[in-house]
Amino acid sequence: MTAAATRRALWRSVAAGVCWLRALSGDDAYDRYLTHHAGAHSGPPLSRRAFYREREERKWSGISRCC
Amino acid sequence: MNRIAGGLLAAVGAVALAGIALHRHEPINALWIITAAVCIYALGYRFYGAWVAARVLAVDPSRATPAERFDNGRDFVPTHRWIAFGHHFAAIAGPGPLVGPTLAAQFGYLPGTLWILVGSVLGGCVQDMTILLLSTRRDGRSLGQMAREELGPLGGFAALIGTLLIMILLIAVLGLVVVNAMKHSPWSTATVFATVPVAMLVGVHLRHLRPGRILEGSIIGVALMLLAVWGGGWVDTHALLRGLFDWSSLPLAGFVIGYGWIAAILPVWLLLAPRDYLSTFLKLGTVALLAIAIVLLHPQIRMPALTSFVDGHGPLFGGRIFPFVFITIACGAVSGFHALVASGTTPKLIASEADVRLIGYGSMMLESFVAIMAIIAATLLDPGVYFAINTGAGVVGSTAAAAVHTISSWGFPVTVQQMQTLARQMGEATLFARTGGAPSLAVGMASIFGSTFGRGLLSVWYHFAIMFEAVFILSTLDAGTRVGRFMLQDLLGHVYAPLGRTSWYPSVLVSSSLVVAGWGYFLYVGVIDPNGGVNILWPLFGIANQMLAAIALSVATGILVKSGRARHAWVTLGPLGWLALVTTAAAWQKIVSPDPHIGLFAAAGALAAQLSAGTLPAQAAAVAPQLIFNQRLDAWLTILFTAILWLVILDMARVCVRKLRGLPLSACSEAPYQAARP
Repeated sequence: MTAAATRRALWRSVAAGVCWLRALSGDDAYDRYLTHHAGAHSGPPLSRRAFYREREERKWSGISRCC
Repeated sequence: MNRIAGGLLAAVGAVALAGIALHRHEPINALWIITAAVCIYALGYRFYGAWVAARVLAVDPSRATPAERFDNGRDFVPTHRWIAFGHHFAAIAGPGPLVGPTLAAQFGYLPGTLWILVGSVLGGCVQDMTILLLSTRRDGRSLGQMAREELGPLGGFAALIGTLLIMILLIAVLGLVVVNAMKHSPWSTATVFATVPVAMLVGVHLRHLRPGRILEGSIIGVALMLLAVWGGGWVDTHALLRGLFDWSSLPLAGFVIGYGWIAAILPVWLLLAPRDYLSTFLKLGTVALLAIAIVLLHPQIRMPALTSFVDGHGPLFGGRIFPFVFITIACGAVSGFHALVASGTTPKLIASEADVRLIGYGSMMLESFVAIMAIIAATLLDPGVYFAINTGAGVVGSTAAAAVHTISSWGFPVTVQQMQTLARQMGEATLFARTGGAPSLAVGMASIFGSTFGRGLLSVWYHFAIMFEAVFILSTLDAGTRVGRFMLQDLLGHVYAPLGRTSWYPSVLVSSSLVVAGWGYFLYVGVIDPNGGVNILWPLFGIANQMLAAIALSVATGILVKSGRARHAWVTLGPLGWLALVTTAAAWQKIVSPDPHIGLFAAAGALAAQLSAGTLPAQAAAVAPQLIFNQRLDAWLTILFTAILWLVILDMARVCVRKLRGLPLSACSEAPYQAARP
C-alpha cells in the first residue's frame, strides 16, 4: 500500500469513529430527525432547541441506566 | 472455513484454561485469563448464541421490527447495529461489574473468573438476548407488561415491587462505595465535588448556549473533569483547602443523600442528562484504555487461585463459596436489571431481528469482560494489601499495627510500612479499611495504568480511577432515584390519583423524598456500621438482583412454552433453575444460619446479647440498637425477596402446565407478522 492510500484509509477510519461517537451521543439526532421529517411529514419540523428539549424529556422518563 | 476457525479457537481456549488449571501454586499471568475469556466469548457467540438465536428464538430478518413499523424519527428509529450496540452497552454497563468481582476476589481469582465466564455465556447473555427479542416482537413492551400479559397480574406486580426494592438497595450500596472512597481523602472529595458544577455547566451549554451540540459539550465536560482530577491534587497540597475537603463518612453520606434529592427534583437538563453524557464517554474511554493497558502490561496475578475463605469466614463478607460467589459477582455474569433495559429503549432501535444477537448477547459479553478486568485489577495486588484495603476496622482492629498483624496471621503478609508507601504513592493519607471495593480497584487500575503509561503519575491515575468510579456511581444514583420516583408514583397513583401524575410538583416532591429516604436510611446504617456496611448490603443487593434475573427468565420460559417451543425451553429454564437454587440457598443461610458472621437474625441476636451484657465499648453500644434493627429488617427483606421469586416461578409453572395439558390460556401478545422493507 502506498503512503497516500494508508493516509486515506486512516482518515476514513477516523471519520467513521467520529460518526459513531456522534450517533452514540445523540449529536446527530436532529439531523436524522430532519431527514426523516422531510420524507414522511408535511408542515414545519421542530426547531433544534425544541427537538432536544422533547428528546431529553422522553429519554429520562423510563429506565435508561443500570447497575 | 468457519469450522477450522472454531476448532482453532476451541484449542487456544482449552490451552489457556489448562494453563490456568495447572498453574495452581505459582503466580499466573493475566494473559492466560484474558485469552481464555476471549476464546470462550468467541465460541459462545459464534455457536451457542447463534444456535439460540436461530433455533430457539427463531430470529427472522424478514420480519419488520417496531423501529421500522413505527419509525417516527424520535424514539422509534431503525439504528445501525453497531450504534445500537453502543447505546445498549452504555445503558447496561454500571458500577456493579466493577464492585462485585473486587469483593468476590476474597475467595481467590479462580471462582469469580469461572462464574463470570460460564454465567455470562450460558446465562446472562442468553437472558439479555431473549428478553430483547421478546420485547422487540411485542412493540417494545417492558418486562413488567410482558409478565402481566403472558403470565398474569401477579407476575407484573412482583416485577414492579422487585424492581423498586432492588433500586433502593442498589443506590444505597453504591452511595456507600462512594462515601468510603472519599472518606478523609481531600483529593478525591474535591475532585468528586467538582464534577457536579462541571455537569451543570455542560447542561447550560447544551440547553441554552448551543442546543444539542452533545459531542462538543461532552468533550468540554470531559476535559474539565480531567482538570478537576489535577485540581484535586493541588487542593491536597494546600494546607487550608485540604482541611476544607477532609470529611468523615457521616457528613459525606449527608452530601450524597442531599445530592440525590436535589438531582431528583431539579430539571433533567441541568444535572442528570449532562452527567449521563459525560459518564458515557468516560465509561467507554476508560474501559477501552484498561483493556489496552492490561494486554500491554499483562501483569502477574498475585492472589492464590483459592483462599482459605471459601469455607465461609471471609473478612469482606461472610458465607461459603457456594452460594455466595454467585450472589457477589451478580451483574458481571447475570443481571436482572439488564432485562429492564432490554425491554425499554433498546428494542425501539433494532433495525432488523438479525441484529439481536450482536446487541443482546454481544453487549453482555463485553460487560462480562469488564468484570474480568475488575477481577484482574483486584488480584494483581499483593493479597495482604488487598485485604488491608478492603477489610473493615471492626474485623481487623482500628490501628494499623493491629490490622497488619491480623491480616498477616491469615497467611497474607503485609507490613505497616508497605501500606504507608502505597498510600503515599497514591496520594492518600491511609489505605487501611477503605471498604467498598472502589479504592482497591483504583489502586489496581493505577498500577496498571502507571506501569503502562508512566510510573510517576500513580497518584493522578489513582484519583482518575476514583473520579471515574464516582461519576459512574453518581449517574446511576440520580437516574435510579428518578426511576424509583416514577415507579413509586405509579404505585401511589392507585391510592390517590393525582399522586400518579409524573409532572405534578407536590407528587414529585413527596415521591422523590420517599425514595431518597429509603436508600438514605440504608446508606446511613452502612456508614455507622463498624464492619463497613458493604458486608451486609452487597449480598442483599446480589440476592435482589439475581431474583430479578430469575423473574425475567421465568417470563422468557413461560413465553417459550406458551408459543409451542417447550422442547427448547431448557435454554432459559436451566439458568433459571440455577439462579433459583443459588438465590434460595443464599437467602436461607442469611435467614437461618446460627453463625452471626452469616445469619442476619443470628447477628442481631448476638449483638443484642452483647449490648445487654454491657460488653460493648461505648461507641459501639451507641449505634448497636440501630444495627440490630437494621439486621432484622434486612432479614425480613430477604424473606420477601424469596417469596416474590417463588410466587413468580409457580405462576410460570402454572402457565406451562396449562399449556402442556391443552387448557385455555391468555392470548400470546406477539405483534402479527409484517414483512420488512427489502
